[in-house]
Amino acid sequence: MANTRDIRRRIKSVKNTAQITKAMQMVAASKMRRAQQAALAGHPYSQILNRALVSLRDMVSADSHPLLEVRPVKKALVLLVTSDKGLCGALNTNVLREAALLDKDATEFVASGKKGASFLARTGRKMIADFALTDNPTFLQTKAISKFCLEKFLSGEVDRVDVLYPKFVNTLVQKPTQITLLPITDEKAAGVSSSGGDKVATETMGAQFLFEPDADEVLDSVLPYYFHFEVFQMILDARASEQSARMVAMKSATDNAKGLVKDLTLEYNKARQASITTELLEITTAQMALA
Amino acid sequence: MSSLQLEIVTPEARVFTGSVRMVIVPGSEGGLGILPDHMPLMTEILPGEVIVTTDDGELSLAVGGGFLEVLPDRVSILTDMAIVEADIDEKAAEEAVARAEKEMSEKSLSGEEHAFVQAALLRSLAQLHVKRRRHR
Repeated sequence: MANTRDIRRRIKSVKNTAQITKAMQMVAASKMRRAQQAALAGHPYSQILNRALVSLRDMVSADSHPLLEVRPVKKALVLLVTSDKGLCGALNTNVLREAALLDKDATEFVASGKKGASFLARTGRKMIADFALTDNPTFLQTKAISKFCLEKFLSGEVDRVDVLYPKFVNTLVQKPTQITLLPITDEKAAGVSSSGGDKVATETMGAQFLFEPDADEVLDSVLPYYFHFEVFQMILDARASEQSARMVAMKSATDNAKGLVKDLTLEYNKARQASITTELLEITTAQMALA
Repeated sequence: MSSLQLEIVTPEARVFTGSVRMVIVPGSEGGLGILPDHMPLMTEILPGEVIVTTDDGELSLAVGGGFLEVLPDRVSILTDMAIVEADIDEKAAEEAVARAEKEMSEKSLSGEEHAFVQAALLRSLAQLHVKRRRHR
């Protein structure tokens, strides 16, 4: 049976760990709320952007813009969004498993997040850029990333741009998702990111827009914004996923630690009781021997 | 008099909403003043100053690039950055300008880096421009 002092020491250390994981859980919870709010704050922007795209759609022919042009895919670019830090359960592992399935030779990677970058380096994949982001990325920061991808696409170096990121489904579920962003497919620009595209369309119906200088030029400036914004939203989404995965992981770590403390306490009490019993036994034996 | 609903949004927040009398924006084809019942219009905007005239007076904002949508009773401005004049940190903007200018002159930046620094420079200059104009 283990020494009571050893057990006591162990209990103490597990309790300390529990305290740390508990603190991390709380921090992650508040960061998750902030990340979700940041994602929601983009809603008015996307609404207006969608409205503009709906109005523009009728004005220009669909394949008149290089960003809309579907080319045979010789090389694809994948923007791999992961977290910088670990301790967030299987979040990064799941995303990287998807990344591992991609064709090694026909895919170039742009990494955002240290975990993804080190994975790419480790497995010898072609990483053409690595962007570091803060916990609360701003639009201007993510724009640097999306601009980079955009230029690769426009220059013809790659024929498709995908994003692979942990999509936030709910607090417990984050699904690794791969979405093609470029070329901007017709139904996406038309379907207008699911939320009430038709309603928006009717709202502006009848308003015949004047475009200055002309529709093509305006489309030229609006479409990149659409792309920049999509990337921004996905990165925010990945942040929310990261924090909620961390929160859940830390919660289960805290629960585990608590269970362990309970078991160890039981063990400790047993050991203590055993030692008392032996001691009593010794005393009585000694007394009997004396008598 | 009919009024105009103005909305200035960035991907991060809704910076301004409210009813206004007139709004002046830096359009790609030159400055644009928009009054109520303007014809529906869509255009690109450049980094610069947006002046909003409300019933309570004038408000000035520095904006980054973006675009503008005008409906008869509504104006929406979508931009990278929008900072109300009072919130502009003149010193930070000056430093940003100095830094950007230095980078442009010193290093031989690649095309995209150059464009990026230049965009940053324009944004900072727009902030400074808005701030300074008030002081005179």
